[in-house]
Amino acid sequence: MDFTKKDFRLLAEHRYEKGAVHKGYNDRTLHVDVGSRKVTEKKVPSEMKAKFVGGKGYGLRLLWDGTKPTTRWNSPENEIVIAMGPVCGNTNYPGSGKSLVVSISPMTDIPIDSNVGGYFGPYLKFSGWDALELQGKADKETIVFIDGNEGLVQFLESPEGIPEDTHLLAEVLTHALASDPSDPAELQAISVVSAGRGADHSPMGVLNFSLYDKRRQGIRVKQAGRGGIGTVLRDKKIRAVVCRFRGVEQNSNDAVDPAAVQRLGLKLHREIVQNDNDQCRMRRQGTAHLMEVMNDYDLLPTKNHKYGQDPKGPEIASYVWEKYLTQHLPDGCWFGCTLACAHSADKFELQTGPYKGQKVTVDGPEYETAAGCGSNLYVYDPRGILEINFYCDTYGIDTISFGTMCGFLMECWELGVLNRERTDGIDLTWGNWKGACQVLHDMADGKRFGVLAGKGVRFLAEYFAKEYGADAKLMKDIAMHGKGLEQSEYISKESLAQQGGYYLTNKGPQHDEAWLIFMDMVNNRIPTFENKAEALHYFPMFRTWFGLQGLCKLPWNDIEPADNAKWKEPNKVPEHVDNYRELYTAITGEKLSWDELILQSERVYNFQRAFNVRQGHGRRAEDHPPYRAMGPVLEDEYEARAERYDKQMKEKIGVDPAGKSVAEKVRITREYREAQYESLIDAVFKRRGWTSDGCPTPEHLMKIGMDLPEVLEVVKARIEGRA
Amino acid sequence: MIKYLRTNDEKCVGCMTCTAVCSKLYFKEENPAKSDIQVQDLGAGRFHLVACDQECRKCVAECPTQAITVSKTGVVMIDRKLCVGCLACVAVCPTGAMRYYPGEKQPFKCVACGACAKQCPKGALEIAEKEESPASRAWADAIAAVRKE
Repeated sequence: MDFTKKDFRLLAEHRYEKGAVHKGYNDRTLHVDVGSRKVTEKKVPSEMKAKFVGGKGYGLRLLWDGTKPTTRWNSPENEIVIAMGPVCGNTNYPGSGKSLVVSISPMTDIPIDSNVGGYFGPYLKFSGWDALELQGKADKETIVFIDGNEGLVQFLESPEGIPEDTHLLAEVLTHALASDPSDPAELQAISVVSAGRGADHSPMGVLNFSLYDKRRQGIRVKQAGRGGIGTVLRDKKIRAVVCRFRGVEQNSNDAVDPAAVQRLGLKLHREIVQNDNDQCRMRRQGTAHLMEVMNDYDLLPTKNHKYGQDPKGPEIASYVWEKYLTQHLPDGCWFGCTLACAHSADKFELQTGPYKGQKVTVDGPEYETAAGCGSNLYVYDPRGILEINFYCDTYGIDTISFGTMCGFLMECWELGVLNRERTDGIDLTWGNWKGACQVLHDMADGKRFGVLAGKGVRFLAEYFAKEYGADAKLMKDIAMHGKGLEQSEYISKESLAQQGGYYLTNKGPQHDEAWLIFMDMVNNRIPTFENKAEALHYFPMFRTWFGLQGLCKLPWNDIEPADNAKWKEPNKVPEHVDNYRELYTAITGEKLSWDELILQSERVYNFQRAFNVRQGHGRRAEDHPPYRAMGPVLEDEYEARAERYDKQMKEKIGVDPAGKSVAEKVRITREYREAQYESLIDAVFKRRGWTSDGCPTPEHLMKIGMDLPEVLEVVKARIEGRA
Repeated sequence: MIKYLRTNDEKCVGCMTCTAVCSKLYFKEENPAKSDIQVQDLGAGRFHLVACDQECRKCVAECPTQAITVSKTGVVMIDRKLCVGCLACVAVCPTGAMRYYPGEKQPFKCVACGACAKQCPKGALEIAEKEESPASRAWADAIAAVRKE
């Protein structure tokens, strides 16, 4: 498996003048057409900088310009845009190494955006670019290599025999393309973006972004997981995109006030070192710290989101993971992130698949993976979860979509919709993680049941109804997706606000816009529709801002100042918001009030909604959850929480449940909850300045300064019924 | 063995000779804020000397680029070519011996060179040696556990 640079045939190359970051920006972007092998340097117009800020904003702007209303995920003109943002790459403030990736999604047919760590984004930025557009389709398996130290973009032919799965491919490329593979610092100067064989055959493909770990002497990966961008990469016949940059320094960002960046970063480092052990224990457990909390509150997806709790929950609790995850290593996904949540299980021996018997490093599990591929499948064997996690990553498959999809399959097995004949012999009984792994291996091979399964729950629900005669309504109710994207891993049944947090989103049910369950359900801080609508305005806008800057959300509220509770709105972690405002100013030199921060996001958020509209989507009807996300679908589901539902019926609905059949009670509950959701949509759309069908109004776009002619044209056409 | 700067607060009179020697040697200026050794005035004529004990090595364990390593003589050193200035080391240092100066790109610390000890008029500083301990080996043990076989 030894490859060196000379094994990669040079197909074309482009030399560029090395740039210099100025106040957080390069003010130019790189366009790479892998079909024509042409490289174009683009200046960032001042209007684009003012209105779109960076990161996800730049990504969406470039994607809009590069595609058409008719562009589908596999159209040659579809793009993958990787963009950073002005704050990205600073080494002082924890969580500053994120890249934002956008593309038209094979799962949803609309723009997807995914936020990912790893070294690629910062290296690309210091190589001279604020964003990278990948467009076209290659005729040969291609590797795009950007050498930021040399000022060089190369199209390399992927050699015969090179491994396709990420854990091997990224390792090979890191060593082959490092200027001196015997020097660990040179290996650390390489970052690889790749997918895996699964992404060749399923729309739920991820992009793996690598970081070279000097201590483990190997690569680690973080995922741009949602929405199938890895599938787009493989459709373009891009095997990998590699960036090399050596020479990151404290102020590679050319911050206006580097001392302020240091001061703010050190303040948070200290807060983390001091408080993390008593708060979220991210440094020991990563996001898996949430497991028992969710199980305790009936929020941990169990059996395809049917329940939120199980007595077996403690078997995959955070303290269990702590034993599997290697401790005492600085496992950040970018330099200077002391929250260091990117843990791994090392020397983990696999029990299935092509790498059976080998000892590997498993990156994770994150909470979402442990929940989605664990309790949601009724898998409470940590080793089973780790194995699914590993194979998802190396095959380039999204663990969230996979977990949610597999939960659906297992419930269909339980309901008798699936059997061995239909699964090509795979037993999908709850808890059979080896069966889940076999589905994965089939997805990677592009054979057997995996091809069908990998299409995702929206497709499967319709297919099972049509081909296997399953109850179409039931399939629809338990297929956990919105807009075609599988829901991430929290039970939203008892929190109306979180149902909105999931489904009143631009890209589909994903936890990165809003997580309101505790505010809403546990603490009852947002009781009215207007309160909920305000939260569903503020939090998605605030959290969008991380994506504009190249920041991670976690250091915002997975660590809090010790005195956070004394503030008026502790849920917003006001002191940290202040840090962000100061950080932005220290880097860019531009002042930013809290309102302006929200406004920056609001422009991009509304642009994204208008983008959905342009693509023929973005309608109210697409913002509805499957009923499983809102309440009990099945009678046994109701009965398992009968006390709660009966009480609600009496107190909230005003109907006496006594003497009513379970079927009747399910119906009454459903009617009430569905009506509540409609009222929520009305309140949220109004707050966001959208029509009742979910289209941003021209007046609102003008008010927030997103009144670009092409955007106004799109929304006017929709409102006037022309599109 | 670990070479380190042994401090004796009892003997210190706060003359600041050590900070002057140190900052001049490494920063070419006399500035206690740029000295690897610090003299803290506790009042009432008492002083507390702060310098790296070279033993806890939390900074070595924390450094994301492995710019902080341990020399053959057991001294914790920062490789200027590898340091990205994140200051995680400053945050994890339990004694405040890992230092930074606002706007300077990299942190700095005592490397037990002994220049200050030679000049100290009261004999409050001396270069000494001590045995390795479980704490001093923890960073290496953590790496050994994940190294490929």
